[in-house]
Amino acid sequence: MSYDALRHFADSWGLLAMALLFLTLIAWPFRPSARARNEEAANMIFKDDEHG
Amino acid sequence: MDGLVTRAGGWLGLTLLALVAAALAVDAPFAVHMVIVALACFAMLWATVTRADYGAIARGIFKIPADQGVYDDDPIRWGVVATLFWGIAGMAAGLFIALQLAFPALNLNLEYTTFGRLRPLHTSAVIFAFGGNALIATSFYVVQRTCRARLAFPALARFVFWGYQLFIVLAATGYLMGVTAAKEYAEPEWYVDLWLTIVWVAYLAVFVGTIVKRREPHIYVANWFYLSFIVTIAMLHIVNNLSMPASLLGSKSYAAFAGVQDALTQWWYGHNAVGFFLTAGFLAMMYYFVPKQAERPVYSYRLSIIHFWSLIFLYIWAGPHHLHYTALPDWAQTLGMVFSVILWMPSWGGMINGLMTLNGAWDKIRTDPIIRMMVMALAFYGMSTFEGPMMSIKWVNSMSHYTDWTIGHVHSGALGWNGMITFACVYYLVPRLWGRPRLYSLRMVNWHFWLATVGIVFYAASMWVAGIMQGLMWREYGADGYLVYSFAESVAAMHPMYLIRAAGGAMYLAGFLIMIANVWATLGGKVRAEKPMTETPYNAAADRPLVPVPAE
Repeated sequence: MSYDALRHFADSWGLLAMALLFLTLIAWPFRPSARARNEEAANMIFKDDEHG
Repeated sequence: MDGLVTRAGGWLGLTLLALVAAALAVDAPFAVHMVIVALACFAMLWATVTRADYGAIARGIFKIPADQGVYDDDPIRWGVVATLFWGIAGMAAGLFIALQLAFPALNLNLEYTTFGRLRPLHTSAVIFAFGGNALIATSFYVVQRTCRARLAFPALARFVFWGYQLFIVLAATGYLMGVTAAKEYAEPEWYVDLWLTIVWVAYLAVFVGTIVKRREPHIYVANWFYLSFIVTIAMLHIVNNLSMPASLLGSKSYAAFAGVQDALTQWWYGHNAVGFFLTAGFLAMMYYFVPKQAERPVYSYRLSIIHFWSLIFLYIWAGPHHLHYTALPDWAQTLGMVFSVILWMPSWGGMINGLMTLNGAWDKIRTDPIIRMMVMALAFYGMSTFEGPMMSIKWVNSMSHYTDWTIGHVHSGALGWNGMITFACVYYLVPRLWGRPRLYSLRMVNWHFWLATVGIVFYAASMWVAGIMQGLMWREYGADGYLVYSFAESVAAMHPMYLIRAAGGAMYLAGFLIMIANVWATLGGKVRAEKPMTETPYNAAADRPLVPVPAE
């Protein structure tokens, strides 16, 4: 694959794929069923603390 | 017994091999480095043969409590001590070269103490020795607590610690002897780079191994940041240091890239070293220690995940802003600028997330000097992540580039964000790791806080003035199109600013020395009798109902 072909792939399909992946990853914790999981994850550092 | 003989024989073989390499070395610095390696191997040989209990000896010196078998904390205690030790070296070197800029005679007329050799010593000591040890120590602490599992591969974790110290010693002695690959923040030569690669892969194995054996279903977000830091630094380090040694027994190598490709590779590395070493790694510390010290969960777990993915997707593109108005293609410069400006938003999202963790407990800023340090660290994180994108805009950069404004920007991030959050985490860790009821003195933490804060203000403010003055003087044209100032005139004009900067650095170092004294006393089990930081006064006379007075 030539530099030119790679470059055109990067600013078209590559860019689109990266943008969609990014949006999916940041939207994922916002799905309604994740609310309890987020809460639990944020509080897990206080469970069973030997150091108080 | 056989195992002992094999191991001792292995260390003896390595010692002899290093001595042979020293004897056949084509240049003196390489010979010195091989002697250092031989000494390290010989120390291991001696340790193997005498089978002395080194853990016990170290526990005696640093008053480390016996391991109760809950978590594997010994490498973390060593890491905390190493962080403080290298911190003194790196900050003192920084103050010394700041004074050299004001008083050039301080280069002592020796090649070993010239600015050019001491400057990489300073940057590597504070970033990789002080910051790196803090990152390794806190990552081992956090990954065990959040996975609720002991460290995987305990022997490998100890190798990571000692191997990293050997890397620091080889890098630092190399700089003094003039060994350099001449790459910003990546000055060590090829053999030291290879050694760091081995240590780093071991670090990744220990960290991922601990995550794999975790007892918690979810991987806490701090570990995401630590993992991205470890993986990305491995990638950056290997690509940026691709080179061909001139001799297998010499310290000189030539980079695989040349010209503008080399420049772009270096700043792809350089800016992401800032992004993933000094930002992602320290954010991992923030996402664990700020909620722990504030005793409340992070403000928004979802925001922390947005923060994470935004940094991952955006940071890697920002490097070209270091190469504005160079031979780099214009579109690449603009790309770097645009991504730098976009980075402003997730950075501030992260800062707000950290600060708002204190929501409902703002009084702790008044009563808890460790929280106050964390808040100041986050404020400087916010300030430097605003200043950085602003300076990456080409129009601003045409004035600020190559001036001391850049130095001021770097130090408001390094002293304000990285330094302050590291101090706060060490203050958090020391009483817990050494089993003390509290730090020796909270009032000394307060002194440290104010000395450091005022020191940074002197530093950043003087460098703003110096940088803008330099930038304006360099491009001041007279009526007939000649340059009004010679370069030497701009240097002379900087003198007062250099003095103020050195004073700020001295204050920062003084605060750090107070920290050393405080931690040292805490290790010794002392607790200073002192007034608490806050008291709620009770006025018995005012605690009564208002008696109605009849009108006369």
